[in-house]
Amino acid sequence: MNPPSILLDGLPVPFVNGQTIMDAAMAAEIFIPHLCHHPEFKPQGSCKLCTVKANGRYVSACTLPARDGMEVENNTPDLNDKRRTLLQMLFVEGNHFCPSCEKSGNCMLQALAYELEMLSPHFDPFYPNRPVDASHPEVLLDFNRCILCELCVRASRDVDGKSVFSLSGRGITKHLIVNAESGRLADTDFSWADKAAHVCPVGVILKKRTGFAVPIGKRRYDVEPIGMQVERLAARSAGEEG
Amino acid sequence: MSKECFETERLEELLRPLVDRHHADPLQLVQILREAQELVGYLPPALLTATARALRLPRAQVEGVAGFYSFFHLTPPGRYRVLFSDNITDRMLGSGELLDRLCNRLWIERGKVSEDGLVSVDTTSCTGMCDQGPALLVNGQALTRLSGERIDRISELIRAQAPLADWPGEYFRVEDNIRRRDTLLSAEWLAGEALQAAIGRGSEAMLAEMQLSNLRGRGGAGFTTAIKWASARRAPCHGDDGLRYLVCNADEGEPGTFKDRVLLSSYADLVFDGMSVAGFSIGASKGLLYLRGEYAYLLPALRENLERRRRSGLLGRALCGQVGLDFEIDIHLGAGAYVCGEETALLESLEGKRGIPRIRPPFPVTAGYRGQPTVVNNVETLCKAALIAVRGGAWFAGLGTKQSTGSKLLSISGDVERPGIYEYPFGVSVDQVLQDCGAGNAQAVQVSGPSGVCLAMHEFSRSIAFEDVPTAGAFMVFGAHRDMFEVARNFAHFFKHESCGFCTPCRVGTSLVANCMDKIGKGLGTQYEINQIFKIHRLLHAASHCGLGQAACNPLFDTLQKFRPAYERRLCSLDFEPAFDLDQALAAARQMTGRDDPAAHFGLAARFPGVAS
Repeated sequence: MNPPSILLDGLPVPFVNGQTIMDAAMAAEIFIPHLCHHPEFKPQGSCKLCTVKANGRYVSACTLPARDGMEVENNTPDLNDKRRTLLQMLFVEGNHFCPSCEKSGNCMLQALAYELEMLSPHFDPFYPNRPVDASHPEVLLDFNRCILCELCVRASRDVDGKSVFSLSGRGITKHLIVNAESGRLADTDFSWADKAAHVCPVGVILKKRTGFAVPIGKRRYDVEPIGMQVERLAARSAGEEG
Repeated sequence: MSKECFETERLEELLRPLVDRHHADPLQLVQILREAQELVGYLPPALLTATARALRLPRAQVEGVAGFYSFFHLTPPGRYRVLFSDNITDRMLGSGELLDRLCNRLWIERGKVSEDGLVSVDTTSCTGMCDQGPALLVNGQALTRLSGERIDRISELIRAQAPLADWPGEYFRVEDNIRRRDTLLSAEWLAGEALQAAIGRGSEAMLAEMQLSNLRGRGGAGFTTAIKWASARRAPCHGDDGLRYLVCNADEGEPGTFKDRVLLSSYADLVFDGMSVAGFSIGASKGLLYLRGEYAYLLPALRENLERRRRSGLLGRALCGQVGLDFEIDIHLGAGAYVCGEETALLESLEGKRGIPRIRPPFPVTAGYRGQPTVVNNVETLCKAALIAVRGGAWFAGLGTKQSTGSKLLSISGDVERPGIYEYPFGVSVDQVLQDCGAGNAQAVQVSGPSGVCLAMHEFSRSIAFEDVPTAGAFMVFGAHRDMFEVARNFAHFFKHESCGFCTPCRVGTSLVANCMDKIGKGLGTQYEINQIFKIHRLLHAASHCGLGQAACNPLFDTLQKFRPAYERRLCSLDFEPAFDLDQALAAARQMTGRDDPAAHFGLAARFPGVAS
């Protein structure tokens, strides 16, 4: 008997029971755009970039378990258009200025914007007021770029056992906070050795004094588009950023 | 430093009895924060630290929860916190003018605490008093039937710092306004009768009656109740001390709905009987009533009722003398979050967390409260279950229509002569309802609240039933003189305020749509904005995590389809007009310099001072 498989854009993709559509696609080196997903953490399905159509219904690929014979649309004009709009929403919600950002070239948000041919942010920017936190000796927190993917929250809570990060507020005022009465990272037990220090897909959690060691133009997504790097995305592990 | 230590010690002492009462259970976090805030007035940073320590939770998690709910305050909110209900029906009754009047009288700005820390005035989502609005909450207590005169008196009472207990009692009076009774509202039984009937039948037979009745959930989704019950009964509990749970969803937050308020205030026996019947049928020994924060005023009477039931052997151990049959009911108070009406967000909130809808599957019937099999039912659904226990499933199935058996409570408000609660067998036409409530010149009815459907005049022959127009109960009527654009704009802001912020499309999309509506409202909108709204509507419908986001643009979509002139007469004829208004951007500078002369303006406003600002 054949192993169970889904039909991803017409291509049979095998999976083992318990795998999500995202897991199956990644194992087959097929790219489904995503930001809040990370193979090492429990999927949460909040960024919605991985929205696909499974048997005619829009679902999140990272949270929906694959089922034998499921027909999944992924790389279609309709879905990519929706994903582009979601990216534009993320861009205007925060303060994202790629040319002056030290994460440029290593940033998944930027890389996806190129991949999905986002030409402009389209919507009026919100310009939220989000002061940076430079209190920690090793790390700078630039909340302006936070896309609320909760990867640092999950890493700190589930791997480091520290719960340094959490979300507060609701709706458009939702924001990242740290585990200290002062609200300063320096007053938490956060360290650069933490898993949480290395999972930010954008430029919020930055190591001080190393910003431009690798020049812009030679960075991960400068070299090759994110859509061609599925194998590396699937193999992400501790110590490796983005 | 020593002052801080003293402060910390004082707070810890203050918290101790409260934490002990909840057995230092982190799942009680929302309840503990509520009670702590009642003592302190707000939730200062040191209090969050102390709470986190007492419950052995990360401080950031406690702050995250405190920051989620509208009724938790991280900064001092004013000793008198006035919140005007901001549903469209309140606005139609003049709540906007009354809010301004109160602000003027108190010499304060809306949304800001007065400098002496005495008072703040702002708005809140619908408080469920649409049949007797305009309404507001003062320090969580509901006031109804506001008028200019009452507002003036309220401002005097606040300035005199009169305790709420000394305010005129009639200000707080909440009427039931029951206008039409059918099988449910004319039921007159003693407490426990339905429970005894269910015990008499036995749990298997009770489930069979439920199946026969074909009762469907009254919260809006219309899922067959018997299937839910049977699934939870079948589902295995997890762990050694695993229990099944029955949750009554009384987080009646849909703007325009107030039927649960009436059921809980005048039919509480029936509600608790329904909960007990459900608990008995699914094998749950614990029931939880999730009461929305706005209905906190009902709490003392509900607690008293539970005490009465306990004394008469209808609650606690050995129900109705049956050894081994235990059922306990706890009441949890919400803290101001519409999204908690979604059953999995409600479970998160019950577990003391931020009210974020869960990923499904698993469904609550297999993994709900504390990960155990849980049934979540609407208040009205449980009342119906109590009726079925007494009178049988076949009787119930004979009422209403084939796919929608039984009756439905409608909460009717807006431009009608007799707003209130109307109970009809399913299948009643919208026309009939309009006639009964005295809606002479209705141009539209918003059925089932902002997340429901907006019906125009040519659709009034449709009927209220799952097979035609399904509803959770809200029925807001708009007369011919109402501006349907303003109705939709009010709903857009409602969703922006209530989005939990979990997923990108709803978090950002609801704000973008509200901004679009404001731009159109200012006369700066074009066809471009209309297209934007449609585009965002399609995205939210497809990609949102839960029903809130999926439905958030429905009212705009409906009104754009059916009342297009209300939008079009506001649009510029141009292809695009920027939202940025140079003259408006100078308003802050004008205010600071006290200038309003033509030279302090740009564009049109420079020629006609006072026009634009």
